[in-house]
Amino acid sequence: MSESPSLEIHPDLVRRILVDFLRTEVTRAGFSRAVVGLSGGVDSALACYLAAEALGPENVLAVRMPYQASSPDSLEHAALVIGQTGVRELTVPITPMAEPFLAAIPAEEAVRRGNVLARLRMIVLYDRSAEFGGLVVGTGNKTELLLGYTTLYGDSACALNPLGDLYKTQIRQLARAVGVPEAIVAKPPSADLWAGQTDEGELGFTYERVDQLLLLLVDGRHSAESCVEAGFDRAFVQDVLERIRRNQFKRLQPPIAKLSNRTVGYDFLYLRDWGT
Amino acid sequence: MNRLPLALAQFNTRLGDVDANLERHLSYAEQARRQGAELLVFPELSLTGYALQDLAVSVARRPHADDPTFRPLLQASKSIDMLVGFVEAEQRHRFYISSAYLSRGEIVHVHRKVYLPTYGLFDEGRFFAWGDSVRAFDTRFGRMGVLICEDFWHASPPYLLWLDGADVLLFASASPGRGLSREPRLETARWVEQINQAYASLFTSFIVHANRTGFEDGLNFWGGSTVFDPDGALLARAPYHEEALTLVELDLEQLHRTRARLPLLRDERTALTSRELARILRRDPGSPTLGD
Repeated sequence: MSESPSLEIHPDLVRRILVDFLRTEVTRAGFSRAVVGLSGGVDSALACYLAAEALGPENVLAVRMPYQASSPDSLEHAALVIGQTGVRELTVPITPMAEPFLAAIPAEEAVRRGNVLARLRMIVLYDRSAEFGGLVVGTGNKTELLLGYTTLYGDSACALNPLGDLYKTQIRQLARAVGVPEAIVAKPPSADLWAGQTDEGELGFTYERVDQLLLLLVDGRHSAESCVEAGFDRAFVQDVLERIRRNQFKRLQPPIAKLSNRTVGYDFLYLRDWGT
Repeated sequence: MNRLPLALAQFNTRLGDVDANLERHLSYAEQARRQGAELLVFPELSLTGYALQDLAVSVARRPHADDPTFRPLLQASKSIDMLVGFVEAEQRHRFYISSAYLSRGEIVHVHRKVYLPTYGLFDEGRFFAWGDSVRAFDTRFGRMGVLICEDFWHASPPYLLWLDGADVLLFASASPGRGLSREPRLETARWVEQINQAYASLFTSFIVHANRTGFEDGLNFWGGSTVFDPDGALLARAPYHEEALTLVELDLEQLHRTRARLPLLRDERTALTSRELARILRRDPGSPTLGD
């Protein structure tokens, strides 16, 4: 008997694979250290725990990058993670860098302003990565990747990503299993760009619900019609499908106009692990 | 000889670095020999790594005593038989995913992968040529057959080897792990073990499966190499997701005991199969599901 598809994971198995992945792939790239941008949310907390386990806490630098509008909880939650994992830490407030940019962007253009903050954090993270000699570990999850709820060259920028094939619901299961404090796992996910902002408020649906739908659409290869039959609202299914399609560009390298007989990306094909 | 002390090696290869992987082979051969093994089975593409893409042509070798990669392997095979995985270059510059059985300084048999998965995350048909034979061969331990990964996802290659006299089937894989559930192993591990156990039971034969470990970019390889006996009983399972040299002794007398109880081989109606297959192919020679 086949059971209905489930988002349930075996946390020990997934933890084992992801810790090995981080250790193996950071090492073969010629590094022994990693840098994680720690927001105080569950994704980056989990990435930090996994990196600390893979490389040793002394080889992980957690960077907190608060903006003036960031919730004070975020800094505190990040501090909890730093305390529990024993990783190295650094706090770089981005308000002084952000202000000149944001002065030119009208207050109501929240997406532009959010993108500026995400990209400033990327710059800080990559700069610290060069100083510390560690690779930037990504924290984007599968739900975000599919919905495109991410800033290109901002929070999505990384050297390797252990979490990109786990839905948010699964991230929570794994986070609990590795010991991320419940206050972090249970709080409403937020990009933390203004007071009271939440992902679910912006998206218009809960992660729990959309993850179940994505599991059917993406993993289960069900049709939209079959998802409606399974009890999902038709407009919700269409909205999610459209988000997935519209954001494909964020998931790919930019297209190169092919001219020659051998072109990067089309017929010049090697893994990153080439020769290692 | 009624007992076959066997070893399975599962490890993380260096992608495209044949010399580095060769060193691992020689070191495992020495270690297995010291522990009393007489046959050492390596996974698919153990000398090269798996997701080779454009590296495939530059890591290809000719299985020959003069080849600088095969020379030391053949030397090592004087003290322990080995199945090694590599990219085979043939005379006319076609490239195959192959496994070679080496014994007493000789290349006894080379199997070229006959099913190249080119779907989902797999792209083998883009880079490699399709092998076109499935043959059992004699070893100093009895008659064996070799298949590589996708080969044994089709029922016909193991069936052919069985009819061709193989009592020990050596399966080599580089299986990318995937499929999450509440189970403590990946779905790929469950699928592969199910079919290996089924083959052991249906063909009342030994099924030896060596699967690599480690990573290539984001792909994980789950290890868990196994041996099932002719009753379908699990004789050995290497750990999941970690390098290991796993030793297990096959009692080849089990073939006698199982087949005395369960004469599936004796009763197999090959002429009927052949007749019906000929009829099916004759009736619908153009069917896309019945290609060659």
